[in-house]
Amino acid sequence: MIGGFKNTFGFQNCKEYNLGLWQCPTFLFVVMGIVNMCAMVGVYILVSNNYNSPEIMVGSVSGVSMLIFILGSSVITGVEQIAKANYAKSEFVSIASHQLKAPLSGMRWATDVLLSKKVGEITGKQEEYLKDIQENTSRMIRLVNDLLDVSRIDSGRMNMKTEQVSLCEIIEGVIRELGSFALANNVQIIFKPMSKACLINTNPVRIKMVIQNFIDNAIKYTGNKRGVVEIILRNEGKQIYCAVKDNGIGIPAEERKHIFDKFFRGSGIAKTQTIGTGLGLYIAKAAIESSGGKIGFDTKDGKGTTFWFTYPVCAKCEDIKNSIK
Amino acid sequence: MAKNNKKILVVEDEATLQKALNDVLVGEGFDVVSALDGEKGFQLAKEEKPDIILLDIILPKMDGFEVLTNLKATEETKEIPVIILTNLSDLENIQKALDLGANTYLVKADFHLDDVLKKVKATLKM
Repeated sequence: MIGGFKNTFGFQNCKEYNLGLWQCPTFLFVVMGIVNMCAMVGVYILVSNNYNSPEIMVGSVSGVSMLIFILGSSVITGVEQIAKANYAKSEFVSIASHQLKAPLSGMRWATDVLLSKKVGEITGKQEEYLKDIQENTSRMIRLVNDLLDVSRIDSGRMNMKTEQVSLCEIIEGVIRELGSFALANNVQIIFKPMSKACLINTNPVRIKMVIQNFIDNAIKYTGNKRGVVEIILRNEGKQIYCAVKDNGIGIPAEERKHIFDKFFRGSGIAKTQTIGTGLGLYIAKAAIESSGGKIGFDTKDGKGTTFWFTYPVCAKCEDIKNSIK
Repeated sequence: MAKNNKKILVVEDEATLQKALNDVLVGEGFDVVSALDGEKGFQLAKEEKPDIILLDIILPKMDGFEVLTNLKATEETKEIPVIILTNLSDLENIQKALDLGANTYLVKADFHLDDVLKKVKATLKM
């Protein structure tokens, strides 16, 4: 507990929050400890030198208590300031992201109208550039949404309303949606569920995002060969194991420990690929781990990578028929 | 395109979005009335009795939640389906809007105009 406390309010953090030494909770606690010890030593000295009249005793106890009380309230003030700063930070991101989405929606819809040709014909080149604007606007919108997610995760306010969902159906949906993307990259997707158990209790949007992220990465990091992306799903009793295995370029050793970091993007991506936000795996990790699951990957240079996650099985879910093709 | 006898009220304070919605909806044959603030929006709802209302949340004079509450409390307007179109994406706001009686809640930045049109037609069972 003390170690954990020190981690939260270490001296470094106090500098980050612009707290002076005498406002820093850790320092104040250390001071309080010293005062306590000095007080005990002082009382011992007083008593052993026969200065033990009731007045001296009461006086010294009251004096020390007051000192500790003053230090204690400084600690509380320092803690409150840190909490306020944290709250203000996530409020800021929330407001900023809403403000950013307003002009982005305007750009998106204005371009939608132009591309629909309902306000006039457009040439091939014009259409091309309008699509570029559309693509970049979508990229910005994704980034703003991801930043909002990350800020919520960091302040412990991630949306995780859960319901009973069929993981199989979600996977099949994602495969359908990414079908043309896979085809364009010469990648074949195979889905092999190894049991009929597909039901989990989770937030469907979040879990879909994790699967989408895994499959999307598998396709993007395939390199120049004919890619095969295999999706494995099996029931392991208390948990479900889901993995996306590719035969792509693998993850270089120096990048492996950064994979789940914020804004990290692998180097092996082709220049022609749409650039991701670098936040997908950070958010995926938070989503899976906050529900009691685990997430990870195995990789081999040049041979491919398998991204996997485990998720607690839904023990209370009703058995609905789920067919596997 | 031939008119389809349906009237839509758009309550949205951003000029670009209002214009885009107007162009697309009129192009699909709808009759469109618009308001740039909540007060005007509620007033037009009572006067024009549209078949469906597209309602923003952050609005001058009267915000979307207040408009929605008033719409549902007024006899002539309480049956009109309301689609919330906003960029606020917090769970609390979504729940609040649905609790106040909105049919659907769409985050503008996450949808294209086509998707909004589809939702409108689906809600009007067209």
